[in-house]
Amino acid sequence: MALDLEQVRWVSHLARLDLSEADLAVLGKKLGAVLEYVDQLQQVNTDGVEPMAHPLPVSNVFREDVPGQSLSVDEALANAPARHGDFFAVPAVFET
Amino acid sequence: MTPIERTAGELLAAQAQGESAESIAKSYLQAIHDREGRVKSFLHVNEVAALEQARAIDAKRKAGQTLGRLAGVPVAIKDVLCTKGQVTTCGSKILQNFRPPYDAHVITALDKADAIFIGKTNMDEFAMGSSTENSAFGPSRNPWDLERIPGGSSGGSASAVAACEAPIALGTDTGGSIRQPASLCGLVGLKPTYGRVSRFGLVAFASSLDQIGPFAHDVLDAALLLETIAGHDDRDSTSVNRPVPPYTTTLDQPIKPLTIGVAKEYFSEGLDSEVETAVRSALKVYEKQGAKIVDVSLPHSQYAIATYYLVATAEASSNLARYDGVHYGHRAKEFADLIAMYSRSRGEGFGSEVRLRIMLGTYALSSGYKDAYYVKALKVRRLIKNDFDAAFAQCDVVMGPTTPTAAFRIGEKSDDPLAMYLSDIYTISCNLAGIAGISVPCGFTKSGLPIGLQALAPPFEEEKLFRIARMHERETDWHARRAKL
Repeated sequence: MALDLEQVRWVSHLARLDLSEADLAVLGKKLGAVLEYVDQLQQVNTDGVEPMAHPLPVSNVFREDVPGQSLSVDEALANAPARHGDFFAVPAVFET
Repeated sequence: MTPIERTAGELLAAQAQGESAESIAKSYLQAIHDREGRVKSFLHVNEVAALEQARAIDAKRKAGQTLGRLAGVPVAIKDVLCTKGQVTTCGSKILQNFRPPYDAHVITALDKADAIFIGKTNMDEFAMGSSTENSAFGPSRNPWDLERIPGGSSGGSASAVAACEAPIALGTDTGGSIRQPASLCGLVGLKPTYGRVSRFGLVAFASSLDQIGPFAHDVLDAALLLETIAGHDDRDSTSVNRPVPPYTTTLDQPIKPLTIGVAKEYFSEGLDSEVETAVRSALKVYEKQGAKIVDVSLPHSQYAIATYYLVATAEASSNLARYDGVHYGHRAKEFADLIAMYSRSRGEGFGSEVRLRIMLGTYALSSGYKDAYYVKALKVRRLIKNDFDAAFAQCDVVMGPTTPTAAFRIGEKSDDPLAMYLSDIYTISCNLAGIAGISVPCGFTKSGLPIGLQALAPPFEEEKLFRIARMHERETDWHARRAKL
């Protein structure tokens, strides 16, 4: 299934990937080829088959809520691209 | 056998005889110094820290203190496993300067076992690839032929052990990323059952498929390494709370009677004839020991690659959403607003295969397409698992080739994602089903490239897998060969 450039652009927007027009074109072509390949799954009869999201039959795993050691503020912020005091700094979200 | 060509088992024995951990560490650092320019296995080498660690172990031994299971044995670590305070890149520009604030569970376990951390190995970016050509830092080389890929995604770990730059290594396997490079580099490589090894501190690619496992020259070393890292960890809720069998103790007990399942789907079109011949002679080695060979069928395995590339990419698109330029990793210099900052940072930081897979996963999960792609793939995944359940009702293990061909040339498949994906055709269903799989050396092509035999076993049957692998190893010497560098 081939995707047109508009669809590729829409998916890149959903994925939050800012890509050049040239990159989008190349990616669109590869994406189309893979989608065409995976289309073979439509041949498989899966009526009444339960989807398998996970190999283990576990659902919720509970434990006691015991206080433990946390990272210090400095450790948590050590890799931050931008820091403002004790916070991660990001561009303003709301108009002031 | 030169000092660096020894196994971990032999290094432990040598230390018991008086050889120092420091001299062992030095010999591997020297090997890295001599060979790294050709094989490019490592992204970082811990020259100073490894020698300090080795001296500390020698001092502990001198003082009569109890030593861990891997005392003084150098281990190479795939750069997808978090090491506290040490750069962990995942082969990506987006994490080029990332220093994790904690150690992965397996790192803590190795540290407790007194292993020596010799360095972090190269890999396809975020473990997405089968050759290491998707590493942002350039490909590793196959020590058996430097013009060829070592396999991937854990290719650097495989080339490090095959080049004798480290005796053992850790990798991760999401669709074959341990077994495929082990096969192409002439090593033993194991993907444990999902849940056997804690994924805490493993940078996630596809959370329902990822497992950490060993690379080694022989089955004993692989068992030793798994024994060290397996077991329950409450920081990973999918880590299973069941005892770890003493793999190294039972290793030499053959499984009798043994029934081996052979699936015709694993001897399909595209299988190289030299690979097929080597695998068939490996089966004969078992027959000579009384094993019974039965035909089994895995009819849905033909859909495994299509299923995988929807399930794995859907999970990846969600897992990799965390790289947004806020908490860690690359942030773009220029942007208009917050959303643009995310998109720019991600667009600049991710390489082409990672972008493709994020896009594919995003599309497969997007409104209007989720049922046709993602949910459909999850249903076929169930059918793939049911095939294995039915096969294991008739046999102890399913055997076949690990890969359809020996190592391919650098650049041969790098522009064609589907051709690359097909190199994992025999390894991928194991991850979807969550079972255990091992690759062991079983021959060489005429041009001198290693060939691997894969054995797949039901969940938590690693002990049986090691014993069965050992039955072949004892009768052959493929595992004893070393690449000439």
